[in-house]
Amino acid sequence: MGSSGSFKSFKADVYVTLKRTVNDPQGLTIRGGLHALGFESVRAVRAGKFVEVWLEAEDEAEARRWVAEMGDQLLANPVIEDFRVELRADAEEAPGGGE
Amino acid sequence: MRFAVVAFPGTWSDWDCIHALRDLGQQAERVWHRESDLDGYDGVILPGGFSYGDHLRCGAIARFSPVMQAVSRLAERGRPVFGSCNGFQILCEAGLLPGALLRNHSLQFRCQPQYVRVERADNGFTAACEGGQVLQLPISHGEGAYHAAPDVLRELEETGRILFRYCDETGALSDDANPNGSLHDIAGVLNAQGNVLGMMPHPERASDPLLGGTDGNLLWRSIIERWG
Repeated sequence: MGSSGSFKSFKADVYVTLKRTVNDPQGLTIRGGLHALGFESVRAVRAGKFVEVWLEAEDEAEARRWVAEMGDQLLANPVIEDFRVELRADAEEAPGGGE
Repeated sequence: MRFAVVAFPGTWSDWDCIHALRDLGQQAERVWHRESDLDGYDGVILPGGFSYGDHLRCGAIARFSPVMQAVSRLAERGRPVFGSCNGFQILCEAGLLPGALLRNHSLQFRCQPQYVRVERADNGFTAACEGGQVLQLPISHGEGAYHAAPDVLRELEETGRILFRYCDETGALSDDANPNGSLHDIAGVLNAQGNVLGMMPHPERASDPLLGGTDGNLLWRSIIERWG
């Protein structure tokens, strides 16, 4: 799949978060650290994952559909996690070294 | 019996499992994860370790290895499939078992002897045990907190699919005896057919007096009695 033809470049920011019903000891520990720093107004912290995906697709709808499938099938585990996607067309250059 | 002991990149308990099974007179062969054919094997072991460096989530990448299709087929045919530690995580990610394993509540990697209670002995994996028997098996994991949705937990409880629970030396359950925060103190679960078992403890590290314990052999002997 090249950048020629009718394919356009997209970048998807995928935010993977633990479901609200899942205990998050990491978030609790971070909250404790923030309290220790004096940020006593912090009420809750949840930690998740941030995945950046550079891809090519015919149009935005196709890119959006593919990234949703990636989230369902691999990036998030539906038993414990949710995800949301922010998609941008004409994104910055993909970083090298990924080949 | 002839066992396939599957090794992924990063698996570390494969040779311990092979050693334990061969000591009991069984055939056990190390099978690389690129293998897509497990015909001729009577059972599969998915050992512990850190397949694919635990990247993304523990077991998330290993489930795409060619061998996992063959593992599924063997499971469908009613042959025993046993996953310990990372093997348990892989079975959950592959959907062969329900639920998921989360970071230990302590956030600490726990490597210690652990008591677990055999919840039922009328199963192929525990036939050599007694119901309620307390075993001592090592644990060694950072992501072992079993999680499943409330309706799934209810189904597991009602259908007797929780095979092992963390406990103290008397068999009593408590938060102190639970090393990782697993819901319902779950240390091991079965699939609906009763031929796929995943558990966080390592029976292969308690299969020789030299290792300080032999309780793990009860599990291997059960498998051999039931499926051999």
